[in-house]
Amino acid sequence: MAIEEGLRSELSKQGVLTTTLQEIYNWGRRNSVWPMQFGLACCAIEMIATTMARHDLARFGAEVFRPSPRQADLIIVSGTVTKKMAPQVVRLYNQMAEPKYVIAMGACAISGGPFKQGYNVLKGIDRYIPVDVHIPGCPPRPEALIHAFMLLQRKIAGQPLTGANRPRHLDPEGAGEFPVPEFGEHDLVPPANRTGWRPPVVVR
Amino acid sequence: MDFLDSQNLMVLGVLLVAAVLFGVMPLLAARLWAVYFSPAKPGPVKQATYECGLESKGDAWIRFRSEYYLYAIVFLVFDVEVIFLLPIAVALTGLSWGAFVAILVFLLLLLEGLVWAWQKGVLQWDS
Repeated sequence: MAIEEGLRSELSKQGVLTTTLQEIYNWGRRNSVWPMQFGLACCAIEMIATTMARHDLARFGAEVFRPSPRQADLIIVSGTVTKKMAPQVVRLYNQMAEPKYVIAMGACAISGGPFKQGYNVLKGIDRYIPVDVHIPGCPPRPEALIHAFMLLQRKIAGQPLTGANRPRHLDPEGAGEFPVPEFGEHDLVPPANRTGWRPPVVVR
Repeated sequence: MDFLDSQNLMVLGVLLVAAVLFGVMPLLAARLWAVYFSPAKPGPVKQATYECGLESKGDAWIRFRSEYYLYAIVFLVFDVEVIFLLPIAVALTGLSWGAFVAILVFLLLLLEGLVWAWQKGVLQWDS
């Protein structure tokens, strides 16, 4: 912060608006998050309902669902990710331009949900791609998706432009692509992206 | 040519510079932004052809078989026939002999087209 808070509020009382490059950048990014037109299962119906007139995601600048990952900022993983579909999800995420965000919507996308014991269900998309916001629910209501979206906006607003805590897309060392799993003999290979995902510790 | 004095020309020059800057500045700003803050991260998957998440197979420059085209042409024979036959069938009892002969001639023409196509071997599918 190049200007201290007291001086800043004093200036704004006098009608002088001050800002920083970081704030302008984050303000622009968080108010024009374009999701990708991509639905997997029943949660996708709720996602569609969120964009419709009753819930109106357009209020948050996110009504433009892009049909191509090249133009999208956000992928909403809305539904059960089968192991057949997981490589496609990861590839689509890889093909999105930076900065890119992920909302894992619903019990299936965050953990496998009611199909967790199924042999063909991925137990959470965060095994392969970094998820920004998880939404529980089966399916989550549109209000829950809007809440997740607001959380994402808050997260974007707090991201520093420089320094060690800057987001991945501003870091030259940060990963640009995540490994796309392939079909192995019994499971996807690799079964998880070990660099970005740690198995949850079960405390009994 | 009194409008071509130096004053007007200077206005034109200023406008030209402004127009070029208007186009170049955003590009330059984006480039500088990429250099100072947001590094480009190209990669083989990211730059692959977008195919709805699947890996693209083969080449887009493939040849289409001309057999389909011939079938479409022959289909037109039946298509036109049906369009005319329906109203003719409705009005058949009230038609004069002259009109009936005219219809027959029209049908024969179309039939001739079909026979020609048949003889030419168009209906035979060459694999």
